[in-house]
Amino acid sequence: MEGIYFDNNATTRVDEAVVEAMLPYFTEQFGNPSSMHSFGNKVGLAIKKARMQVQELLGAEHDSEIIFTSCGTESDSTAILSALKAQPDRKEIITTTVEHPAVLTLCTWLEKDGYKVHYMPVDEKGRLNLDEYKKLLSDQTAVVSVMWANNETGTFFPVVEMAEMANAAGAMFHTDAVQAVGKVPLNLKDTKIDMLSVSGHKLHAPKGIGVLYLKRGVRFRPMLRGGHQERGRRAGTENTTSIVGLGKAAEMAMEAMHHENTEVKRLRDKLEAGILAKVPRSFVTGNPDDRLPNTCNIAFEFIEGEAILLLLNKFGIAASSGSACTSGSLEPSHVMRAMGIPYTAAHGTVRFSLSRYSTEAEVDRVIAVVPEIIAQLRKLSPYWEGDGPKEEAFAPTYA
Amino acid sequence: MWDYSEKVKEHFFQPRNAGVLEDANGVGDVGSISCGDALRLMLKVEPETDIILDAHFQTFGCGSAIASSSALTEMVKGKTLDDALKVSNQDIADYLDGLPPEKMHCSVMGREALQAAIANYRGEVWSDDHEEGALICKCFAIDAVMIEDTIRANELCSVEDVTNYTKAGGGCSSCHEGIEEILVKVMAERGESFKPGTPSKEEAAPVGMTNLQRIKKIEAVLESVRPQLKRDGGDIELLDVDGKTIYVSMTGACAGCQMEALTLQGIQQKLMEELKEFIKIVPTKAGALSRASCNP
Repeated sequence: MEGIYFDNNATTRVDEAVVEAMLPYFTEQFGNPSSMHSFGNKVGLAIKKARMQVQELLGAEHDSEIIFTSCGTESDSTAILSALKAQPDRKEIITTTVEHPAVLTLCTWLEKDGYKVHYMPVDEKGRLNLDEYKKLLSDQTAVVSVMWANNETGTFFPVVEMAEMANAAGAMFHTDAVQAVGKVPLNLKDTKIDMLSVSGHKLHAPKGIGVLYLKRGVRFRPMLRGGHQERGRRAGTENTTSIVGLGKAAEMAMEAMHHENTEVKRLRDKLEAGILAKVPRSFVTGNPDDRLPNTCNIAFEFIEGEAILLLLNKFGIAASSGSACTSGSLEPSHVMRAMGIPYTAAHGTVRFSLSRYSTEAEVDRVIAVVPEIIAQLRKLSPYWEGDGPKEEAFAPTYA
Repeated sequence: MWDYSEKVKEHFFQPRNAGVLEDANGVGDVGSISCGDALRLMLKVEPETDIILDAHFQTFGCGSAIASSSALTEMVKGKTLDDALKVSNQDIADYLDGLPPEKMHCSVMGREALQAAIANYRGEVWSDDHEEGALICKCFAIDAVMIEDTIRANELCSVEDVTNYTKAGGGCSSCHEGIEEILVKVMAERGESFKPGTPSKEEAAPVGMTNLQRIKKIEAVLESVRPQLKRDGGDIELLDVDGKTIYVSMTGACAGCQMEALTLQGIQQKLMEELKEFIKIVPTKAGALSRASCNP
């Protein structure tokens, strides 16, 4: 499909080489790895290879620490529910206000079952206060679940340090790393991280495949019970083709790691600087000094994000927004609100997320198009007049 | 991505009457920045005739908010104030060939801006008790505030009650968990606890309506849409009423028409509004009803 795809935090294109690696496992290599014949055996070996490829990407000590799941959300749910089941005397969860719904929605649901959930706030740059975190940790904490990198702003949390603090308090530590894996070099064997979630489709593998990293020795209670697949920790016949695809994608992510952190980062920085220089009343959200190399989230004041996306789409440019309208909810992004971004800006946030396929020409094109679009919408906005916000503030009824 | 009609897209990409109207004599500002929608409607009214000579808008909002604003200005231009006030939010949505349920509030905002602008012209104070909650039922576009208020006012205690009173949950049923959560909360306010499986209230239908009155009311609704159908060479006939299921037969050009489903949906909506209960309209061939046991 023609167009400029700058929405790689939503999902990525499956690499051709990944598709290539997968194809035989739909047809000739269709066996069930649990079977006692060579149809199954070959597939079993392919899964073993994929497991080792993922192990390498994560820097895990053992390949048995890799459990294949169906998606990042399943990994998150499995990790948190397991930690609660495995430590019935501990009734508290610590997380943050800016987690992905896969964690937040589960936590609010667990509150109804009597668990106490601490949602740590963030500052205006999306950072946590580790002194506050230390105070929350206690012998009641069953699990801490904190994302590695925020999906909207790309901002990192210091999960390695936080895992050590949780470990010292005897609590389990889980991190949703779906945005970080493939973009951040990982070495889990040297950390105290007990559990980590991966999503295949964020790193050029197909949708419908994920991983839960489970450190050896961490008490575990499976969510799906049944057969002995994944050593009985995730029953259900393996998604063999996608597992092979994820293995290949993991190997390619290792190779591209340097490129992601140099070339992709350079393009992102150019895009960001180019837009900010040309569009007045716009600013970067999150922490520009400590974030994913591919992500940039810009707030355009006094206009609304969905309208921006529709106009971008007309130019063949794909991005996403934290506005209320794009989600069908009444509030703008919970991440923007948690950082205290005012409503007039939070509704106008646009996330551009690049990938190793992004090009200089695409970046130049977006820099050329965005200022026009913003100016066009501001002309329609009752908050805007000429070159800036209206002097007499627009204050509609029931605002 | 939203499934916007071509008309919505057209009014968003080429909005009519956008920008400040310098000599406006009626201005309405409505909306809520927290929800991400705000609209200023500017009218130029001819004092002698009360006719709206020109209308402009400025909107902070999504594609459908901008399209609704644009449509509104086109619809009211040339109308007298009294006629303009007859424009409902549904009219705005219809003008745009429909809006997704999550976006119906955009047309509501347009309607409110119109009321506010006309009040401003007439020197009246316009106030609004508008309160909007999270959208719960996507099939019928019913929000949490509406459901809460209805549960409170009628002391409802089951999902079926909520469906009977508000229509919420009467479609795909995926919002039943959400409705139960609201029931738990509101019932706790009056010191009760929600129990799944509680039978619905005996009489959800308007109080004191006999079967005969009910059928007469249904006939009256069908009568009111008949001229439209006849204009297109079709007709509708009431075959039977079985509880909440109403069997009808579409005849003439209506039978097998591509728009049949849409037409029936509109009639069902109208019936529900009139009967104030959730009903289902089922198209059937005359004589095909097995219940017609009086003619064995």
